[in-house]
Amino acid sequence: MYTRGLLSKTSTTALNDVSLKLDESEPTILTVAGESGSGKTTLAMLMLGFIAPSSGQILYKGQDISRLRGADRMTFRREVQAVFQDPFAVFNPFYTVDHLLTVPIQRFKLAKSKREARDKMEEALTAVGLRPEDILGRFPHQLSGGQRQRINVARALLLRPRLLIADEPVSMVDASLRANILETLRSLQKNYGVSIVYITHDLTTAYHIAKSIVVLYRGAVMEAGDVDTVIKRPQHPYTQLLIDSIPWPDLSRRWGETDIKAREAEHQEITTGCKFYPRCPFAMEKCTVAPPLFQLGTHQAASCYLQDQHPTIPSEHLWKLLPV
Amino acid sequence: MKPVLQVLNLLVTYYTDAGRAKALDDVSLTLNAGEKLGLVGESGSGKSTMALAMMRMIKPPGRIEGGQVIVDGTELTKLSDEEMLKARLSKIAYIPQGAMNSLNPVLRIGRQMVDAIKAHDDEASRRTIEERCMEALESVDLKRSVFKMYPHELSGGMKQRVCIAIGILLNPKVIIADEPTSALDVVTQRQVMETIDRVQEQLGAAVILIGHDMGLMAQFVDKVAVMYAGRLAEVSIVRDMFTDPKHPYAQALIRSLPSLENKGVFQGIPGLAPSLLRIPSGCAFHPRCPYRMDVCTTVRPELETLSNGRQVACHLYTEGLTDAGANGIQERHQSVYARPAVKDIDNRT
Ligand SMILES: Nc1ncnc2c1ncn2[C@@H]1O[C@H](COP(=O)(O)OP(=O)(O)OP(=O)(O)O)[C@@H](O)[C@H]1O
Ligand code: SF4
Ligand SMILES: [Mg+2]
Repeated sequence: MYTRGLLSKTSTTALNDVSLKLDESEPTILTVAGESGSGKTTLAMLMLGFIAPSSGQILYKGQDISRLRGADRMTFRREVQAVFQDPFAVFNPFYTVDHLLTVPIQRFKLAKSKREARDKMEEALTAVGLRPEDILGRFPHQLSGGQRQRINVARALLLRPRLLIADEPVSMVDASLRANILETLRSLQKNYGVSIVYITHDLTTAYHIAKSIVVLYRGAVMEAGDVDTVIKRPQHPYTQLLIDSIPWPDLSRRWGETDIKAREAEHQEITTGCKFYPRCPFAMEKCTVAPPLFQLGTHQAASCYLQDQHPTIPSEHLWKLLPV
Repeated sequence: MKPVLQVLNLLVTYYTDAGRAKALDDVSLTLNAGEKLGLVGESGSGKSTMALAMMRMIKPPGRIEGGQVIVDGTELTKLSDEEMLKARLSKIAYIPQGAMNSLNPVLRIGRQMVDAIKAHDDEASRRTIEERCMEALESVDLKRSVFKMYPHELSGGMKQRVCIAIGILLNPKVIIADEPTSALDVVTQRQVMETIDRVQEQLGAAVILIGHDMGLMAQFVDKVAVMYAGRLAEVSIVRDMFTDPKHPYAQALIRSLPSLENKGVFQGIPGLAPSLLRIPSGCAFHPRCPYRMDVCTTVRPELETLSNGRQVACHLYTEGLTDAGANGIQERHQSVYARPAVKDIDNRT
């Protein structure tokens, strides 16, 4: 059970031929980065079992999650938790914060007494920088954007999962709190052995918190590997564009030296070939046939013909390059 | 230059079951045409409230309890509800936090844009209105065909640009964008910000950008205003804010920014933001401030303009301190910030 892959999956269209594997015995933080519509959220939904892949499977502790029933299913539901990006969508406006946090406590029987339940709630809220006495009893519309987002994180902390899928958990909080919350997530991984899939477009925080990174574009893996290498020496033109587009809090650095090609590339769907083809400044004839993954080093791979001097690596082996 | 926006002593309170929350506590601000101001500050510090108050869109249990908002010579706070309705979009436009998710999913974009105009101007002909919508779409870099589309047919970045298009339909003098890009990836962010930039130039409008992304601020705005617990702590031009922040909270905020140089160093500001129900006496930041002096716990520091033009609300810079005293403080700054509480997280497993 320990050495079995915690998770692995393959699927098509919104997400094309993606395989990942997280090992329970080696808890890690993996970042999945990419722009909106790149399939990041689809990946999260798949891993949580909210949607089913059209082909391929997602295994949790060796079992196909679509087949989980009864007690196994309940365990999966508790052990795999999510924090979603949009704090405006998730909360039922008629429930107070207390209710939002009490329900999971009751459902998964996390506390023996009312007192204990209260303590747990308070602890989780404090960990995300909220004052329980101010927040409990309020309705979602009485909270600011960042406060709602943090309630989401608190809820996940409360459940102490084995695997946490965090989809843009801190996009609406300030830098200082962002640091504190990410630090909390990091200690969750370190001290409680929780693996975290950190889905984000924020490469700076990814760089600080994660060990490895997978960069998606239109559902396909563009580049992957060790977070330091990929962010400091990106090899795929898309990763290069992403990193160049980071708005640095540094006045001597100008935002986006490279031009963004094909603004409305949003519209052109390309069925064959490299997904980045319509926007790529280096696009070549051969790019109309989908490039395989080339292994550039022990901990880096890119799916781009500019790298075709390197050996290829099958996508289902990609996880082996990801350090934990 | 005559300011296009003046906010004077704005006060907003939310009447909650637990008591009165002072969400905006005597905030004043001016902005010139063509200027871009970044409004930053801790989550819950009152940024959105400030925007809503300027729009007179605070809903009960919230109430504007005092102050004035003057846009382009018109005192919004004096207008009747009906006049205010017209002023929205034509004088001052607001692109709310999470706006792109508030587009109605069952209505075509065009219909939502037309409705927005009609709410303000029921005389214009259908043709004129539609033409105006198309032009607005084009000015945010969208095709005219978007007019006939439904929200789900658009990407996040496109939806956000639709919201900007709606905001500029009636050529406002002030545009307030509340975290317009926090849900978008960096590439799309860049496109959206470039769009706002261009639109602003066309209209000669002033822009208030609310957000947490200091990188975005550094790259986009001219001036930064830092809020803390419903008050302004510091207002500085962007260069000063990033290279030499004055207010201890602003300093801590700038220090907490991640960079590629100091991997694994997370420096949040210790302590919790204060409850707005019980704002600390004196300076609201005093329980968390490393330079707290006795006076800080009793006397509230006002936002004052220093001799070098910086605006700061902190007793460290209050007059009465001799030059030597002020220098001494500067030195203390240096020493405290020279040894940041670095947490090493690099031995990750
Ligand atoms: N309708 C309401 N009733 C009671 N309190 C409210 C209401 N709306 C906002 N508040 C409180 O007022 C304070 C300021 O909220 P505001 O939304 O202005 O914060 P913000 O600075 O925009 O934060 P964020 O960065 O998280 O969006 C918060 O503490 C919030 O909880
Ligand atoms: S007024 Fe005093 S407590 Fe407040 S920020 Fe300045 S030094 Fe710190
Ligand atoms: Mg807000």
